[in-house]
Amino acid sequence: MVHGEAWTVKEFFVLPNEYIYWSIQIVLYPFMTGLVAGAFVLSSLYHVFGVEKLKDIARFSLVFSFALLPVAMMPLMLHLQQPLRGTYVMLTPHFTSAISAFGIVFMTYACIVASELWFVYRQHFVETVHVLRDKPQRSSGETLRMNLYSALTLGAWDLSDKALHRDHKAVTWLAGLGIPIACFLHGYAGFIFGSVKANALWMTPLMPVIFIMSAVVSGIALCIVCYIVTMEIRKWRIKRAWRKKHPGACSLTAEELRGVQAFEVKMTSRYLLIFMVLAVVLELLDIIFRGYTAVKSWDILREVIYGIDFTKIFVLQYGIGNLLPLVLLLLPGLTVRRAAIASMLVLFGVFMMRWNVVIGGQAFSLTFSGFMHYHLPIIPHNMETFKEGLTGALLVMGTPFALFYFLNKIFPVFIDEKAR
Amino acid sequence: MKRRDFLRQTAIAVAGAAIPLSALEIIDPRELLAARPDLRWIFLVDTYKCVGCGMCVQACKKENEIPLEANVTRTWVERYVITSDGQVHADSPKGALNGFTTQKIDLNAAGERKIDEGQIEQGFFVPKLCNQCENPPCVQVCPVGATYKTPDGIVLVDRKWCIGCGYCIMGCPYGVRFFHPEYHVAEKCNFCYHRIHKGMQTACAFACPFGAREIGNLKDPNDPVTHTVMTQRVGVLKDEFGTKPQVFYIGLNKEVR
Repeated sequence: MVHGEAWTVKEFFVLPNEYIYWSIQIVLYPFMTGLVAGAFVLSSLYHVFGVEKLKDIARFSLVFSFALLPVAMMPLMLHLQQPLRGTYVMLTPHFTSAISAFGIVFMTYACIVASELWFVYRQHFVETVHVLRDKPQRSSGETLRMNLYSALTLGAWDLSDKALHRDHKAVTWLAGLGIPIACFLHGYAGFIFGSVKANALWMTPLMPVIFIMSAVVSGIALCIVCYIVTMEIRKWRIKRAWRKKHPGACSLTAEELRGVQAFEVKMTSRYLLIFMVLAVVLELLDIIFRGYTAVKSWDILREVIYGIDFTKIFVLQYGIGNLLPLVLLLLPGLTVRRAAIASMLVLFGVFMMRWNVVIGGQAFSLTFSGFMHYHLPIIPHNMETFKEGLTGALLVMGTPFALFYFLNKIFPVFIDEKAR
Repeated sequence: MKRRDFLRQTAIAVAGAAIPLSALEIIDPRELLAARPDLRWIFLVDTYKCVGCGMCVQACKKENEIPLEANVTRTWVERYVITSDGQVHADSPKGALNGFTTQKIDLNAAGERKIDEGQIEQGFFVPKLCNQCENPPCVQVCPVGATYKTPDGIVLVDRKWCIGCGYCIMGCPYGVRFFHPEYHVAEKCNFCYHRIHKGMQTACAFACPFGAREIGNLKDPNDPVTHTVMTQRVGVLKDEFGTKPQVFYIGLNKEVR
């Protein structure tokens, strides 16, 4: 069986070599990079533009962006026919190709996020090491933590006001530099699709801009959801500790936490709304423009957009993924629960948008008189259907949360609330 | 030997060796193998001569180690039937590996369509293969440079370097590329590069009983294929993509895509 045959069903006149070669992993690739870029942009809103209201969620989204980073690469590796040759992209980049820049842009971006993270957490590292060092008796876990943090300080122990001020300046500078690079990282993922002249649905100069907007939308939405979930867990823990008569386990009460949470979620939702409107406007502009100019490919595109993929595009993507959360967020008296539901719907909507671009772009034949239908392999029966099926997709989607759990142990996202 | 003498003699030796070495040129092995400014491979398809027997497809698969039963092929033949109501019916069952054995049009998952013989206005066959574009989009998009155009115009794939990302498959407007079912890298027609360089014909041209396929050299004015391309009305496929395809067709219809 040739690659793509397992999940492609051809209908009418389709060329013999045509299959859906780019499947679920390529749907996930822009989705995951979008989350990385979006989470970073959200954290930069505080660091660069000094949006004080986003202070709490800024650190959270920075760590989350770091957890998502390696996952942006995973779908690419899983979809390659020769995954062991993946490094060739960096060894012999062929610069006329949009993909070849991936290695460079991605590494630059990773360095920026990592160094920003270091500057944000340096003070915490040094302080923790000092506290642990003064302890008369340390558990083995504490010793490990002390050694790890000592290494992570990279020898920079200075905690004078001047040094901290310099740290702060560096963070601002890196966050500022990171915004265009995050946009580039994702905008160029859009360019990979938008520049394929052979594909009538993909080829539009709007593609990179649409991708950036939806990236920011999905990144913010994911941060809101994860923020709410982690806050709920903390509240639950505090309540449990209080019940067990262990006061002092946490410096904040559940009530205080609830206040912080509602405030942050409300503020972030506003930014989510702004970017969502921009994304939807651009996407609709694209469809309207195609219909109005109605070039040769429009006949088949119309059949795909208004026929075969109608439910996926207009019901799932625009209806459930855009319109419904828009209403939920705009209705007065926004509650945390409503924001959480709206954000999850937004995430689903962005995922459907990626799906409709990647799979929808391969739903019609180069002959313009045939269709290809995609059937996602659910139960894997070989390596190919494992990698490019539901299992592979779930693996990619689950990894950032596992990574975040471990990263949170090293870079605790909630440390500063005493100052509030 | 004193250190001073050693240094002096080394300097003389290096300077002396540098003179003959500078006469040497660093030669790109690719250039050495294929740099023949008098060569540009082109292909001519005469659709009037094609009967859709599929001998070319079989010959190609055998010559180029594409499993016969695999549903991918370097070259294929399409059948077009235009009925009096203006409808265009087209198909290419298994790339016409076994020819067109039935009058029904193969619609893949949608079944078959029987066409009333009295309704047929036109019926013809169109063989397809890689167009060896002058401006190949597949070469442009390859992220590692595993696919490249030789100076004599053929686009080749390096099986040892292809990472199998599929971007070239997406980038080709003609659908000639696919993943090789055994090597798991991008695969395409290369005009039987191993044959034409020995002065042989491509496997498909050799197998065609009716002379519908011919390989030629555009740089040679005495080449019969070049003569036809220059003096007759020939067409190319999808020139709107700016790829400058180098497979020329006699009797190309606007219905052919």
